[in-house]
Amino acid sequence: MRAGGEDLEFEPADLVRAYVITKGRELPDEQQLSLITLVTAAPQDGRRPARLTPEEQRLLDICSAGYLSVAEVAGHTRLPLGVVRIVLAALTEGGHLMTRPPVPRARNADKDLLEEVLNGLHRKFG
Amino acid sequence: MGFTASSDDRLTTDDYVSGGAAQTAVKILVVGHFAVGKTTFIGSISEIEPLSTEETMTQAAEAVDDLKGVRGKTTTTVALDFGRLTLSERVVLYLFGTPGQTRFVQMWEDMARGALGALILVDPERLADSFPVIDLIEQYGLDYAIAVNHFDGNPERAERALREALDLLDETPVVTCDARNEKSSAAALTTLVRYLLDRAS
Ligand SMILES: Nc1nc2c(ncn2[C@@H]2O[C@H](COP(=O)(O)OP(=O)(O)O)[C@@H](O)[C@H]2O)c(=O)[nH]1
Ligand SMILES: [Mg+2]
Repeated sequence: MRAGGEDLEFEPADLVRAYVITKGRELPDEQQLSLITLVTAAPQDGRRPARLTPEEQRLLDICSAGYLSVAEVAGHTRLPLGVVRIVLAALTEGGHLMTRPPVPRARNADKDLLEEVLNGLHRKFG
Repeated sequence: MGFTASSDDRLTTDDYVSGGAAQTAVKILVVGHFAVGKTTFIGSISEIEPLSTEETMTQAAEAVDDLKGVRGKTTTTVALDFGRLTLSERVVLYLFGTPGQTRFVQMWEDMARGALGALILVDPERLADSFPVIDLIEQYGLDYAIAVNHFDGNPERAERALREALDLLDETPVVTCDARNEKSSAAALTTLVRYLLDRAS
């Protein structure tokens, strides 16, 4: 793992590659694929395996054994977040990926969630 | 970077969110200036090996347009550390750590959107370095608590002086914390969540 927090230089070649990988697609809706949106591969339903680009296949493979947040997919693959978002959006559009966006913030929902978080912290750490 | 499968791709069961289909993901930010202990804090309580991801400051497509005009131009990226805590069958908490540089607006918006709140790590010997971070958190309207990271060999400081120096509201929780210690970090996080709950009630 790279020590976080510092500025990093990102080489132009990497950016070009990132662009090619994502085929210049628009960035997906921020809410739909937020940092903490949970994603997993959709059931195959005996469909014929679709034609995916190698990068789509790689990300789908990572998502095939359970749920991960968008941030975790980026962390595990070491791909820039923007690129991961675009590829995941394409997979979602193609029906290969299921997403669970976080609940929109509302005061009541927040309160229930916060209580659950607090209880969870107590259970875990005493 | 690259798309050849790497050892990073071989995930184990523990890497995945347990009970994923029923989980609601929430996040709390762990912020503070450089070397204040953010990565240490996240590492000490995360159930997964903390991960890091880069957010480019220019969107990929725009960056390529830029490159046409400016050969050799580099785009700054910033690393985002994060960890995970599965707290129940319903809630999984992500902790995101990042330095408080105002110029990373895009990343701050991403991080702040939908966050429950923020824990601001503060080194009492470098209080002035914390001003920009506190400003940013306030600007994004996030509720926060202060965790004073007490580094070895430094004198204890009175909480009142620290509150004054940081211009904190009376209600803002201030807690001392050793980011290297799981229990101490968990206690700081608990203080924040209890405060957030008070505010939501
Ligand atoms: N004494 C002491 N040292 C700490 C504490 N937290 C972090 N450190 C040390 O401070 C240094 C910087 O911490 P790091 O987590 O990398 O800071 P970051 O830049 O905010 O992510 C590391 O060498 C840590 O071991 C703490 O609570 N007490
Ligand atoms: Mg760090």
